[in-house]
Amino acid sequence: MANADLAHVRSEEAPTLPAPVSTTGAIGWMRKNLFSSVGNTILTFIGIWLAYSIIAPIIQFAFIDAVWTGDDRQACLATQEGQTVGACWAYVKAYLPQFIYGRYPLEERWRVDVVFVLLVFTMVPLLIPSLPRKGLNAILFLVVFPVVAYFLLTGLVIGDNVILPIVQTAQWGGLLVTLVIAVTGIVASLPLGIALALGRRSQMPIVKLVSIIFIEFWRGVPLITVLFMASVVLPLFLPDGVTFDKLLRVLIGVTLFASAYMAEVVRGGLQAIPKGQYEGAQALGLRFWPMMYLIILPQALKMVIPGIVNTFIGLFKDTTLVLIVGMFDLLGQIQSSFSDPNWSTPTQSYTGYLFATAIFFVFCFGMSRYSIFMERKLHTGHKR
Amino acid sequence: MAVLEQDTAATPARASLMNDPKIRGIFYQVLLVAFLVLSGWFIVSNTIVNLERQNIASGFGFLDNTAGFGIIQTLVPYAETSSYGQALFAGFLNTLLVAVVGIALATVLGFVAGIARLSPNWVISQIAYWYVEILRNVPLLLQIFFWYFAVLRAVPGKRDKWSLFDTFHLNIGGLRAPKPLFESGSDIVFYALLAAIAATVFIARWARKRQEATGQQFPSLLTGFGLILGLPLITFFVMGMPIGLEHPVFNETGPMLQRGFQLNVGINVIPEFLALTVALAIYTSAFIAEIVRAGIQAVSHGQTEAAHALGLRQGPTLRLVIIPQAMRVIIPPLTSQYLNLTKNSSLAVAIAFPDLVSVGGTVLNQTGQAIEVIAVWMMVYLSLSLLTSMFMNWYNQRMALVER
Repeated sequence: MANADLAHVRSEEAPTLPAPVSTTGAIGWMRKNLFSSVGNTILTFIGIWLAYSIIAPIIQFAFIDAVWTGDDRQACLATQEGQTVGACWAYVKAYLPQFIYGRYPLEERWRVDVVFVLLVFTMVPLLIPSLPRKGLNAILFLVVFPVVAYFLLTGLVIGDNVILPIVQTAQWGGLLVTLVIAVTGIVASLPLGIALALGRRSQMPIVKLVSIIFIEFWRGVPLITVLFMASVVLPLFLPDGVTFDKLLRVLIGVTLFASAYMAEVVRGGLQAIPKGQYEGAQALGLRFWPMMYLIILPQALKMVIPGIVNTFIGLFKDTTLVLIVGMFDLLGQIQSSFSDPNWSTPTQSYTGYLFATAIFFVFCFGMSRYSIFMERKLHTGHKR
Repeated sequence: MAVLEQDTAATPARASLMNDPKIRGIFYQVLLVAFLVLSGWFIVSNTIVNLERQNIASGFGFLDNTAGFGIIQTLVPYAETSSYGQALFAGFLNTLLVAVVGIALATVLGFVAGIARLSPNWVISQIAYWYVEILRNVPLLLQIFFWYFAVLRAVPGKRDKWSLFDTFHLNIGGLRAPKPLFESGSDIVFYALLAAIAATVFIARWARKRQEATGQQFPSLLTGFGLILGLPLITFFVMGMPIGLEHPVFNETGPMLQRGFQLNVGINVIPEFLALTVALAIYTSAFIAEIVRAGIQAVSHGQTEAAHALGLRQGPTLRLVIIPQAMRVIIPPLTSQYLNLTKNSSLAVAIAFPDLVSVGGTVLNQTGQAIEVIAVWMMVYLSLSLLTSMFMNWYNQRMALVER
């Protein structure tokens, strides 16, 4: 028997066939992720129905049925029987300046705008890791910006020369107050938090005890009680005649509160630094503060950027609580606009809350995305 | 040894005492204590002067005075003639009520959302993702306002209602539900329930011991279910159904002013409570979902593979291998979320639900005893958080990995 003419023996490689249509592309993806089994298929349809029944009414309300222009409530009322009126964006448009500036005087609002612009120009470069000169940038944002912003917002009078007219903080409101409280809270609580974190890890028993008591006290009480304390009790603690601005009192309360959380975040970073770093620094002859300043803190703080951003998100959301002690942040301003009879319509509160939700969501979601981005970026740095 | 000691003794005295870390440490600590004492004295003396000037008596004596204000929902008997102390206590119980109901709801929602987030089904996991992201990125106070001022104001008015199964009714006055009526003999049903729980615990222990000794399994979970559900049910019927339901009464006819729900029939859940609890539960559930997701993901896939290699099916793999390890990661942050929910329930003051802070605010306005009221608040919340951290320490010790 000669083997030479056995036809079924291949003499060359078979051509590679494309994968079956059912396992690749959109169909393959759907089969794998949506319809892999009977139960999964049912789940998919329930999920689609659920998503549709939630999203469709919102889109209907916010866009399709919405009223975009108008001068008063008449624009947002149903003109004939059975007509559904959605979001009253005309009301938001009319109130937008109040939502941003509160009752800040009209002719001085450019000062607030300048502060917003400065905030963006000093903070954003600090957050982008690839940009150089972080040290200078940090000084600009943490030291120069607060001073400039303070004088821009409150006013500047030298002697008898009114360079910038004084604006009382009672006239501030809206997004301005939200940002002032959140940014001040975070900027002021950072150094305090670092000090407390170092204190909690200190060898000195009394320093350690005091730090622990301070941190656990502020972390254990709700922010509302802190705000009540700041607005009601703080004046009692001061000598007769010494009074604080209400906003300043709230800022002190928020800062103390935030610094306890900040301390725990920073402590996490300090704990993550290997002991060899401390020992190496000490072996080089560095004392405590140079060691912290040059070796430990730069590494620890970099590591906890996501934690700091998360604290900031929490603080940003928590600023809404100041409306309970009678200040008007963004939410407070929106809430108080509901009492205006000129715009009182059935959909007014929904519109206001939808607007507030959108603003807060954009800010907080953006920051949380940034925090995740930093976490990934920092994580790869530690994989060897 | 002797040589060494001689050497140290021979070294010359240090140039400055400040270079000795020990002495420097003591110096700084003395400085800190002096600073704290001084600022404490400053605050106390100022406060005393200020209080005298405003004619406010300090101390907790005011707690015995008559409160004179009503509370819309109390768990203990309370009237306007009760004292401030009783008012604060009623508020504290309301805080606990919101916390307990909120925690139960948030846990269920959070676990569902967290597991849904890990679902291989793309639609389900996307829904869970946006649920979590939207809810945790919007301030809680805004959510409470939304539920209270937008949703619960859109329900029918006093003379109308929405009904579910003709048992639960919702209108502007809140949620109405049937109230259980305990007649004579109902206590025996209750004892039966207790006996069933005790028996279940006993059986579970015995089953575990037997399994450890012989390897034979006993379906203790099913038996437990059967006992806890069955025993009270049988007693219930044997005793002649001693527990009845008092349905809310809705008058549709009659004089206009008397239409609507009759007072004090059935259970009435006030809208403030509904809005607060729902908002707290949903907000916290978003955080719990993330904790659950992270916890399950923290168990490496090798564990699943090893369990499968040992011949365990999907169910036992989850129950015996994945969940116990995931719980170790989940429970500590979960407890701190529970504590957060409890602390956040203080936002009740914004919609005037009478919790501890809300009632305390009224007391504060009436008496001017700001320091005392705030001290009460802080003491209550601090002890709650202390209790929680004690539990956490105990749990962490119990659950710590026993390593070689």
